[in-house]
Amino acid sequence: MKVLVFKSELCNGSRACEETCSQAWFKEVNLAKSAIRILELADSPDHFEANVCNQCGKCIDVCPTMALKRDKRGIVRIDKDLCVGCLSCVGFCPTLSMRVHVDYTVPFKCVACGQCAKQCPTGALSIEEVPDAALTETEKRVKVVA
Amino acid sequence: MMASVEKIRAAHCILAEFQYALPKVERGYANQTLYVNLSDNRIVGKPVDERMKHTFVGGRGFGLWLLWNAVTGSTRWSDPENEVILSSGPIGGTTSYPGSGKSIAVSLSPLTHTVVDSNVGGHFGPLLKFAGWDAIEVQGQAEEEVIVFVDGVKGIVQIIAAPQEADDSYILPQQIVELFADTPDERIGISSVSAGPGAEHTLMGCLNVSFYDVRRQSPRIKQAGRGGIGTVLRQKKVKALVVKFVGVRGDANGPADWAELTQVGSKMHREIRELDPLMNDMRGGGTTMLVSIMNEFDLLPVHNFRYGSHPEAEKLYKAAFKPYFSLGIPDGCWYGCTLACSRCVERFQPRTGPFKGQEVTVDGPEYETIAGIGSNCGIFDAHDLLEANFYCDAYGIDTISFGTALGFAMECYETGVLNQEHTGGLDLHFGQAEAMLEVLHQMARGEGFGLVVGQGVRRMKQMFVEGYGADAQFLQDIGMECKGLEYSEYVTKESIAQQAGYGLANKGPQHDEAWLIFMDQIKKQIPTFEDKAEALHYFPMFRTWFSLNGLCKLPWNDIEPADNRKKYEPRLAARVPEHVENYIRLFRAVTGRDDLRDPEDLVRMSEAVYNFQRIFNLKMGFGTREYDAVPYRSMGPVTKEEYESRAQRYDAQLHEIGFDPEGKSIGEKMAALRAHREQQYEALSDAVYQRRGWTREGVPTLETVRRLGIDYPEVVALLQKHLG
Repeated sequence: MKVLVFKSELCNGSRACEETCSQAWFKEVNLAKSAIRILELADSPDHFEANVCNQCGKCIDVCPTMALKRDKRGIVRIDKDLCVGCLSCVGFCPTLSMRVHVDYTVPFKCVACGQCAKQCPTGALSIEEVPDAALTETEKRVKVVA
Repeated sequence: MMASVEKIRAAHCILAEFQYALPKVERGYANQTLYVNLSDNRIVGKPVDERMKHTFVGGRGFGLWLLWNAVTGSTRWSDPENEVILSSGPIGGTTSYPGSGKSIAVSLSPLTHTVVDSNVGGHFGPLLKFAGWDAIEVQGQAEEEVIVFVDGVKGIVQIIAAPQEADDSYILPQQIVELFADTPDERIGISSVSAGPGAEHTLMGCLNVSFYDVRRQSPRIKQAGRGGIGTVLRQKKVKALVVKFVGVRGDANGPADWAELTQVGSKMHREIRELDPLMNDMRGGGTTMLVSIMNEFDLLPVHNFRYGSHPEAEKLYKAAFKPYFSLGIPDGCWYGCTLACSRCVERFQPRTGPFKGQEVTVDGPEYETIAGIGSNCGIFDAHDLLEANFYCDAYGIDTISFGTALGFAMECYETGVLNQEHTGGLDLHFGQAEAMLEVLHQMARGEGFGLVVGQGVRRMKQMFVEGYGADAQFLQDIGMECKGLEYSEYVTKESIAQQAGYGLANKGPQHDEAWLIFMDQIKKQIPTFEDKAEALHYFPMFRTWFSLNGLCKLPWNDIEPADNRKKYEPRLAARVPEHVENYIRLFRAVTGRDDLRDPEDLVRMSEAVYNFQRIFNLKMGFGTREYDAVPYRSMGPVTKEEYESRAQRYDAQLHEIGFDPEGKSIGEKMAALRAHREQQYEALSDAVYQRRGWTREGVPTLETVRRLGIDYPEVVALLQKHLG
């Protein structure tokens, strides 16, 4: 599957990715609506880490309505029509990369669209092929393709 | 099954139809309740006013108020005037906070003959609200089998003659999903309330409330077990109440402050993710983890509550059930409950009864079921327990009343009160799983000794005394019921606070009011009568609040913030202050009410409803001190064997009270211990009544009801009669 990969040594903290993400998905520049978050490391200024979904799929197994599914590319996506806004996925994301914004009842996440990678001035972000994640309990049980 | 659905539907006949405009749910309320009368097929919407919301909040409070206005002091449970009411509450239906989907059922109980409440998971209450109704109130008596259908998609309520549906709660909920979902996508929007043939033939019928499990592709059921409300449902010839609502969203409950809900909800989900595996592992085993704890602390009922532990109890520990459970997928009984205690066993094969050899799904077992039907009856086999659990649910029988009543009958058999002639040939010795299952099947078939056990402990006592010449005092001592309701499954002999927690409980001895055994007996945190009385004020009031709001108790203290016990002194830690704060935030965020600021406000809110329920008991001819009396088995050793099994403990206590056991006969020692313990119970009752603002007779004073704003003319008149 192809996921968004971050190389911290290349990041200059411009946050172009956050702006691009919220603009692409919510039509406004609002860092609180970005699926990717860039954080400056507390103990080493000018060094950054990114918090973004790695498509592990753990959230799939906590969604009570199966609103979370992998698409054909292996990317975990939310079906807004099925989401009941319970936020289980937000609380249970291993990397805290599922977001909720008060303007919406449906959470949002990185879907590896690659827009941010295109706008990254230093090439710190890229879409890369990685091994498929292990099947979730839900996927083992019910064949689901978004 | 699918093939027969068309045939079942073809037999339907609509007896009454009522159309309504779907209201928008605002701040946790639809602001109307649904009244259905099965005698004259009337369907009416009733407005909910501000005073009703302010005083009774919702859930149990709404149920009590609606029922109070529907019955008189002489109404019997089986009269058409009695009602079955279900209501969630303002927070009920919130998806973002764990445990926010409970429904509370209220009715006059066939076991206690007064008002009873019982809470239950499943999707009914929340979907009912989203379909436009804060409560459903079913009165009257149908002439034929009916389904009441609330269609929250089209805005239609129907009473439907439904002659062909299955009468058990295993097949029936599956049929209902197929009958009322127009497309597969709508299955998730269907919830039903049903009982079963066991409910029909006994007084201990439960309600099964369904929710559709999208992964297991089948409805699952949760139970409102206590007090025989399922029996009332079947008495009315209701096969099922059905609600349909499609399209639940995060803001379906119309919260005043969604932003706050996102904060408090996702924080709690995270806490559960991090801490549940280290604490109670509810996600991994539900309440089965309690069996080992209770056994180790001598609190697990064994052989009709004679003892608190058993060498074989290990066979009923979590580890014995875990291999049966299908885990790793959501098991909340409402959306967003990540504590997810609803365990599920798939492809289970019963070895007896109508489903013998078939693969079925079992919901459960809960601790209470394992302890009640298991150790309390001397049955220590996980498969037998799962089978009993399955059939209790399918037949609509409360596992707690069943386990406690059967344990009583077994002790009667062991002590010669009963013999095989009385039991129709059943060998009812403790440990007889075959007999246990046969009694259950008899209940469903309406025959044999099952009908006797199905009457519950109180009526069995009377039958055995009058019919078989049993010693009335002995049966009174060992019959684990109070107010007519069977005890839930904790041994209280060494915790006087819990004896009163059971004995003073409004509906009868159920642990949902107060569970103080650990605070009292193990941790010794409430040593004085004043301490105990304070705990017996705070906890019942606090826990009542859950049932007003549509909340589950488990996410309150079956998980705690990591620093809870470091941050607070033990007695305060037991209240889990940070979670209480969550509930205040939750209530305010949903309702927008700002008059709930601190825990005392929350307790005051409950106090009004709690006292109202006590007064409701009074209205029905109960509710005074004499009805708070408990069987001696709940206080101390009734038999010599019990005394001898814990002789060291009892002898030591006799020393403490200045009675030297040396050289005394066991009879003398038992008598001295009993006199002491009974006196202690009375003294504690005095202290609790006083703390609650009641008279020595256990009647709320006029001052109390005025302070709480429940001084309705009928209430005042009733109290004046009792207060003299």
